[in-house]
Amino acid sequence: MTDPAGGPPRRRRAHLSRRGKRGAIDGGTPVVTLYNYAVIGVIDYQTGNSRSVIYALEHLGLPCMLVSTPAEATAVDRLVLPGVGSAGVTMRSLSDLGWPAYLEQRVLGDGIPFLGICVGLQVLFDYSAEENAQCLGWLPGKVEAFPADRVRVPQIGWNRVVAASAHPFVEGLEDRSYFYFVNSYYATPDRIDDVAARTEYGLSFTSIVAHRNIMATQFHTEKSGPVGLQLLNRFTQLQKDDLSAD
Amino acid sequence: MLTKRLIACFDVLNGRVTKARQFQDNIDVGDPGTIAAKMYEDEIDEIIFYDIMASAERRTADLATVRAVARNIFVPFTVGGGIRSLADMHSVLDAGAEKVSVDSMAVRNPQIITEGSREFGRQCVVLSMQVKRVPRSSSIPSGYEIAIDGARVFTGMDAIEWARRGEDLGAGEICVNSIDQDGTHQGYDLVITEAIAKAVNIPVIASGGAGTADHVADAFATGASAAIVSSMLYSPRLATRVTARALKKQLAERSVTVRPVLEPATES
Repeated sequence: MTDPAGGPPRRRRAHLSRRGKRGAIDGGTPVVTLYNYAVIGVIDYQTGNSRSVIYALEHLGLPCMLVSTPAEATAVDRLVLPGVGSAGVTMRSLSDLGWPAYLEQRVLGDGIPFLGICVGLQVLFDYSAEENAQCLGWLPGKVEAFPADRVRVPQIGWNRVVAASAHPFVEGLEDRSYFYFVNSYYATPDRIDDVAARTEYGLSFTSIVAHRNIMATQFHTEKSGPVGLQLLNRFTQLQKDDLSAD
Repeated sequence: MLTKRLIACFDVLNGRVTKARQFQDNIDVGDPGTIAAKMYEDEIDEIIFYDIMASAERRTADLATVRAVARNIFVPFTVGGGIRSLADMHSVLDAGAEKVSVDSMAVRNPQIITEGSREFGRQCVVLSMQVKRVPRSSSIPSGYEIAIDGARVFTGMDAIEWARRGEDLGAGEICVNSIDQDGTHQGYDLVITEAIAKAVNIPVIASGGAGTADHVADAFATGASAAIVSSMLYSPRLATRVTARALKKQLAERSVTVRPVLEPATES
């Protein structure tokens, strides 16, 4: 079977990864609804590094697609919000494309599993000190800057992540797990239960948040070697039922 | 605690990884995708890819090769060479890179650093600099001058001044490449690496000259957050080479905090 589009996925178009089938049945209609297993939508909002997440999911053999607008995401049953760049720019890009209301409906309403990565974690909170950005406000708390008088900022590199909650996302996370971080800001959740893992960098900060079906990593799990891929895979295996408890 | 990073650096010429000595006499090493996959399996912490002729040939980095590498590695990946505009940065990131490295083009147009960091975030922009030991003078008080275009053109700029300015302009990391030490296997230039690590508050990457684990440990002792190793891992000029995995064990024995090596039985 050949992929009719060929080559790398283009921007601004929903596109199944090369492990998926597109238009294979009736020659045009996307056939994502024919899958009897989850299709993961990776939100592409121009400034993120969505491509890296697609490569990682493809490597894991999971059906995935880049989605640029909510209209392209109707067939997916799990969403990843990757991110590089600033919280302010990210929020503006998401708003321009109509994402916030749609995400609220699918993630907060329908309860589909959601994974935020890096800035995709930070925008879940009420507010970020970076450009004084108002964020999505799904989780109570704010985002603050690392103390530049104590540590080099940005934090760039592999750091240790220690589980801090019983959420299924961090179940089995080994104590000597190192992940790749690139950040100048970190989240401070108001609810202690939302803190799923912690990491030290000049201070102890929240490196994973998890609340029901909302999961997010401050590190780039798609760029954290086999340990990172394992956690990404774990996100894709968790079912709604696993995630409904508080 | 943040670990010290070991970075493999590929100098790519005509779609092949090559190895230079003092920025000259590049010899062939192999196919970038294949070498990248091998480095990833060997638990390298990060990979940098320089399209070394892109700048001189006035073109952007070889995106087909960037994609081939990006598909095979799940550790951070930086691409440099011929980055002149936001559009160039965008195309490299879209091909699967996390960070872009600017060097000669940033000297010609420093605003590219600011524009890139505004658009993609500071962490995305690595300022790479080619430094050479020169007599100290009033215009070059550090005794290290910045060169561009594969060490062929000297700029009259002081290395420490340029590093500070790069940080102010918005660079997220600074890579200090020693022209004198490049490919010599005689150790990094610790003097300039340490001076720049002290002058800025963003991470500094030591580059050029690694031949032994002691050299790498010495670079980290200067305050560098990361070190580029390339000859040690794959130069055909060296009779014996080391794997990244073995090098990490040697560094751990020297009390350097590195990302723990996974047992080979874990997923590769």
